[in-house]
Amino acid sequence: MNKKKVYPQWFLILPLVLYIVFFLFPSLLGVFYSFTDWGRATPKNGLHFVGLKNYIDIFTSNKNYSAGILNTLKFTVVSNIVKIIPALFLAIILFEGIRGMGAYRTVFYLPSIIPFVIIGIIFTSVLNFKNGMLNGALEAIGLGALKQKWLSDLNVVWKSIYMVDAWRGIGYVMTIFMTGLSTIDKSYYEAAKVDGANFWQRLWHVTLPMMRGAIMINLVFGVTYGLKVFDIVYVLTNGGPGHATEVMTTYSFQLYGAGSYGLATAFNAILLLITMVAGILIVRGMSRKGAA
Amino acid sequence: MKNPNRKPVTLQAVLKQLLCIFLSVIVLAPLYLVLINSFKTKSEAARMNLNFPTQWVFTNYPDVFKKAKLLTGLGNSLLYSFASTTAGVLLCAMAAYVLSRKRTKLNNFIYYFFICGLFFPVNYITLVRVFQWMGLTNTSLGIILVFTSAMIPFCVFTIYSFVETIPKELDEAAVIDGATPTRMFFTVILPLLKPTLITCFVLQFMGVWNDFLTPLYLSSKSKLHPMTMSVYQFFGKEGSNWNYVFADIVLTVIPVIIVYSIGQRYIIGGVTAGAVKG
Repeated sequence: MNKKKVYPQWFLILPLVLYIVFFLFPSLLGVFYSFTDWGRATPKNGLHFVGLKNYIDIFTSNKNYSAGILNTLKFTVVSNIVKIIPALFLAIILFEGIRGMGAYRTVFYLPSIIPFVIIGIIFTSVLNFKNGMLNGALEAIGLGALKQKWLSDLNVVWKSIYMVDAWRGIGYVMTIFMTGLSTIDKSYYEAAKVDGANFWQRLWHVTLPMMRGAIMINLVFGVTYGLKVFDIVYVLTNGGPGHATEVMTTYSFQLYGAGSYGLATAFNAILLLITMVAGILIVRGMSRKGAA
Repeated sequence: MKNPNRKPVTLQAVLKQLLCIFLSVIVLAPLYLVLINSFKTKSEAARMNLNFPTQWVFTNYPDVFKKAKLLTGLGNSLLYSFASTTAGVLLCAMAAYVLSRKRTKLNNFIYYFFICGLFFPVNYITLVRVFQWMGLTNTSLGIILVFTSAMIPFCVFTIYSFVETIPKELDEAAVIDGATPTRMFFTVILPLLKPTLITCFVLQFMGVWNDFLTPLYLSSKSKLHPMTMSVYQFFGKEGSNWNYVFADIVLTVIPVIIVYSIGQRYIIGGVTAGAVKG
């Protein structure tokens, strides 16, 4: 059978063209522009190469741009830890059998279908210092001392962002874990129980190794989401108070708005580099799993 | 006093239930807050509490509908989501089929070439430039093409692994029967891919519906704004009128919840079934 005839190669043309023109090419073009002074004034003054100036600016300027990079990395690590670990235990609790399991699963998943923009607006209200529901609830149960300026206190604002992010994301991560749990053969647990393994031993020696696929998926989605995070920060704090919660994408958007396109694309180029490194590490981890 | 050693199952079950109820309350309270306050007067909604309205104001909804240009937003969101997702899923099914069946060196390279897009961020700033070159600035077509392109990595990845579960003999039998390969793909293979196509469709549809960054960069005209943009702009303009903001949120979220309830069984379990099992 002639494979050429059965599987038309032209099926690939349109997806390739779209992918290259609207996805890959702009990314590479961004790397090119990051070495120039591209900006609002370019049509008048022309485009000039400035070498590494944009990158030097990012790391040395008094605008504290490099803090945006650190914040992105910090968000990626912390937001994933606070989602993945509780989601894992929640998935196990639901999966081991509980009355109303289906209803709980639907409820926990619900926030992840709501647009981030809207979640940002909702929590602007919930976290409002004076009238917000959270402070109100704390007061009502006699914990008024824990009231916070959730979105304007430098020491609290990141915690608020993690909290909102977890509120939205835990159910999604949990659902993927539950899919993973459903693929594990029950006999492993019976064998482990016969051997007298306790909960933690079963978790460590049976559940986690058997769920490598689900863990990997959650890491891929979680890490790429974390590195590209924009909406939730933009709507909740818009990088504030001051610049305390700026991430790479919010800086890039601001610089774009200010007309410094070259500097903005330099941010995107750094983000591209970081996501590529993360991607390579994760894909390597995946293929090692395949070999094992 | 129950002895936890003698009746571990029951106590555990009770604690689990309490935990799950507690978490459900945390999840549902903000949503209830939005709903109940959307029926209040401006001054009452500004207090942002969970009490029932002293006076039910149903006119918030028709008011918001007019003020927030919801119809434009709804129309654009529907257009972007349907057009880009239909095109994206169909094109990716074609590509994933050929890539999975005909594993030449070139095609393997193309597969990984697509997959690395899972990690890439879209560069919207240069995309604005590309749009200028192609005459796509402030057009719905441009926005749709960007959404379609951005979903290619995920859809190819998901459909590719599903194609492997369809026996190859089918392709060859159909072609021997005299069908052209293209017709054979659309009449024989495509229907067999239905479960994974629906999963991709629902997930990407909701992804496009919820997206904020693409229209933020690529549509400077409000007639091109999808619902996420119009709700955000409305919030910026009417931020002190929480009754309106909450009503606007309810109206914006309803369509997503409808799509979710129709497609729920395809999302849960479908998200990653192939990859998780792998």
